[in-house]
Amino acid sequence: MSRGRFGIHGGQYIPELLMSAIKELEEAYNHYKADPEFNAELEELLQQYAGRPSLLYYAEKMTKDLGGAKIYLKREDLNHTGSHKLNNVLGQVLLAKKMGKTRVIAETGAGQHGVATATAAALMGLECEIFMGKEDTERQAINVYRMELLGAKVHAVSSGTQTLKDAVNETMREWARRLHDTHYVLGSAVGPHPFPTIVKDFQSVIGREVKEQLLAKEGRLPDAVMACVGGGSNAIGIFAGFLEDTSVRLIGCEAAGHGVETGKHAATITKGSVGIFHGMKSYFCQDEYGQIAPVYSISAGLDYPGVGPEHSHLHDLGRAEYVAITDDEAVEAFEYLSRTEGIIPAIESAHAVAYGMKLAPQMARYQIIVINLSGRGDKDVAAIARYRGVNIHE
Amino acid sequence: MNRLGQAFSKGKAFIPFITAGDPSLAITEKLIPEMAGAGADIIELGIPFSDPVAEGPVIQAADNRALAQGVTTDHVFDLVKRVRQTCDVPICLMTYANPVFSYGTGKFMERCREAGVDGLIVPDLPFEEREEFLPACRQYGVTLVSMIAPTSKDRIRMIVQEAEGFIYCVSSLGVTGVREKLGDQVKEMVDTVKAVKDIPCAVGFGIGNPQQAAEMAAVSDGVIVGSAIVQIIAQHGENCLPPVMEYVREMKKAIG
Repeated sequence: MSRGRFGIHGGQYIPELLMSAIKELEEAYNHYKADPEFNAELEELLQQYAGRPSLLYYAEKMTKDLGGAKIYLKREDLNHTGSHKLNNVLGQVLLAKKMGKTRVIAETGAGQHGVATATAAALMGLECEIFMGKEDTERQAINVYRMELLGAKVHAVSSGTQTLKDAVNETMREWARRLHDTHYVLGSAVGPHPFPTIVKDFQSVIGREVKEQLLAKEGRLPDAVMACVGGGSNAIGIFAGFLEDTSVRLIGCEAAGHGVETGKHAATITKGSVGIFHGMKSYFCQDEYGQIAPVYSISAGLDYPGVGPEHSHLHDLGRAEYVAITDDEAVEAFEYLSRTEGIIPAIESAHAVAYGMKLAPQMARYQIIVINLSGRGDKDVAAIARYRGVNIHE
Repeated sequence: MNRLGQAFSKGKAFIPFITAGDPSLAITEKLIPEMAGAGADIIELGIPFSDPVAEGPVIQAADNRALAQGVTTDHVFDLVKRVRQTCDVPICLMTYANPVFSYGTGKFMERCREAGVDGLIVPDLPFEEREEFLPACRQYGVTLVSMIAPTSKDRIRMIVQEAEGFIYCVSSLGVTGVREKLGDQVKEMVDTVKAVKDIPCAVGFGIGNPQQAAEMAAVSDGVIVGSAIVQIIAQHGENCLPPVMEYVREMKKAIG
C-alpha cells in the first residue's frame, strides 16, 4: 500500500508524469517542516503579515438569544485576505520558494484560496496563475478582479460543470504541462499525498490557538467544535487541536444545497460513496458507474464532489460527525450572525453557524461550543441579496 | 506470449485510441474491426469518464459526447463481446481508476475476461498504487499496462521490472493532444527500459502526423495515436469511417 493513508483513504492516485513532482514535494516538506529557520520565517509571516493569532470571540448576544451552550467564534475571517486560506498558502508558497520554484498555480472555488495564493505570490515575488470555474468567476466577479490586482493571471475554466472540481482538473493538467519551475498550491486538505497532510499541518494553527485561548478564558476544553466542510481544510485545521481529546465532539457541516434528497447538494460524506478521484481514495458524490456527479451549493467554496481523506477516515472511525446544512439554513445563519453579532460570515462558514444555532439550544449553559468562522462574508453580499430577490450590482 | 505481446512481433505496432460510444456505440463497433483491417495492431478503447485529468480538450470532448448519450461501462463490455465474435485484434481498455473501482474491481476484471479484453490502461494509477488493481488483473488474466514519462528517470527501472505486456511511454509533458514538438527524451527512455528487460515500448501523447509517427517508431516498438483520430471522428461524426481508415493506413505505412 502506498504512503499517506488515513485508514483505507488517501494514497497517490495520479499520473506517472506527476509522481516525480509529488515525491520532490514530499521530500522537501519533510525536510523543511523540521527546519527551525523555515518555521521561524513562517511564524513571522503568520504574526506580522496574516495577523495571527486570530481572536477567539465570545458571542454573548448569540449565546443569550439561543439560550443554551456558550458559543465562541474562531475569527479566521479576521486574517489578512479574509479567510483561513492564507495559513496554508503562506506555508506552501514559502515552501515553493525554498524549493526553488518561480511560479505557483492554484485552483479556487469561491475565490478565497485564489486571492490568498495571489497575495502570497505577490509578497514573495512568484509568478501566479489561478484556475477558477467559469460559473464561479461569474458568482464571484469581484474576487477575480482582486486576484488580477494582485498580479495573478486568472483562467476561467469552461470544462465540465465549470466549478471547483473542474478548476482542480485544469490545475492538475497545467501542472503536468509545466512542473519543473511550478508548485501547485492545493487549497484544501484533498488530493494525493502529501497534500492532505501538508494542508492539515499548516491549518492546524487554528486548533492549537483555539485550545490555548479557550483554556486561558474558560480553563477547560470545549464540548463541541464545528466547521464547514467542502474539501475540509478549515475543519481539519480546527479538529487537529482536539483529535486526541475524545470528550470534544467534532462536527463537520457539509452543504445540503436544496436538500440531500433532491440530488442538488454537495453533501459528500452524508450521501456519497468511496471512490478514487483527484489523487485520493475518499468519499465522493458519484453515480453507480463511478462518474463524478455534478454537485450544487449556494456556496462556491463547498461546491465540491469529494472530501479530504482524513475526514473520510474520521467518519469511518466515528471520531467526527458530519451533518448537512441546506442553502436556506445557511442564508438564515448568514443573516442572523450579521444582525446579532455584527459579523458577516462567509456563506461557507454560515453552514457551521447554522448547525451551531441548532445545537446550542439543546445543550446546557455550562457547556461550550466553538464555531470556526473560516471567512468573512463581504464576497457573498451581492449573491445573498440576489437570493433574497434584491438585484444589486457588485 | 499473449495477444498483446504478439502485436509487436510483426514489426512496429500502430495503436489507435478511440472513446467507446463516440459518436455512437454502433460506429465504435464498426471502427474496431475496420481499423484492425486497415493496419491497427492493438486497439486502445476508452471507457468515457466525467473528469479525465490526463486528457486534453479533444478527448475530454469525446468523453462528454459519449456520456451525454448514456454510454456506461456495461455498454462497453457488451460492445467488446460483440466485436470479439468476428475480430481478434488485441483490445486494451483505457479508463480512470474510479470507473474500475466503483464497478467493483474484481467484477470489472471478470467482465474483461468474459468479453475478451486483453489489457487495461489506467492513467491515474501509478506504480505505487498498482496493488489496487493488480491482484484482480492477475486473477482474470488482464494485463495492467505500465506507463512511464519523461519525468520518470530513476523510477523507470522499478516500473519496468514488474511491467507486463508493453510499456506505454508518454512522449512529452502535459496532457493528451496533438503537438508540433514532441519530447526529445523518448530514445533515452526506451533505452533505459530495454536495459532492464526486453519488453515492447509504445510511444503516445502528442503524435498527430505520419512524420512524427515515423520518428517515434524509429526509436521504439510502436506508436499510440488518440487525439488526432478522435478529432477526425468529431469532425465527421457518423461518416467518420472512411477518413479514419485512410488515416490509419497512412500512419501504419509511415511507421512500417
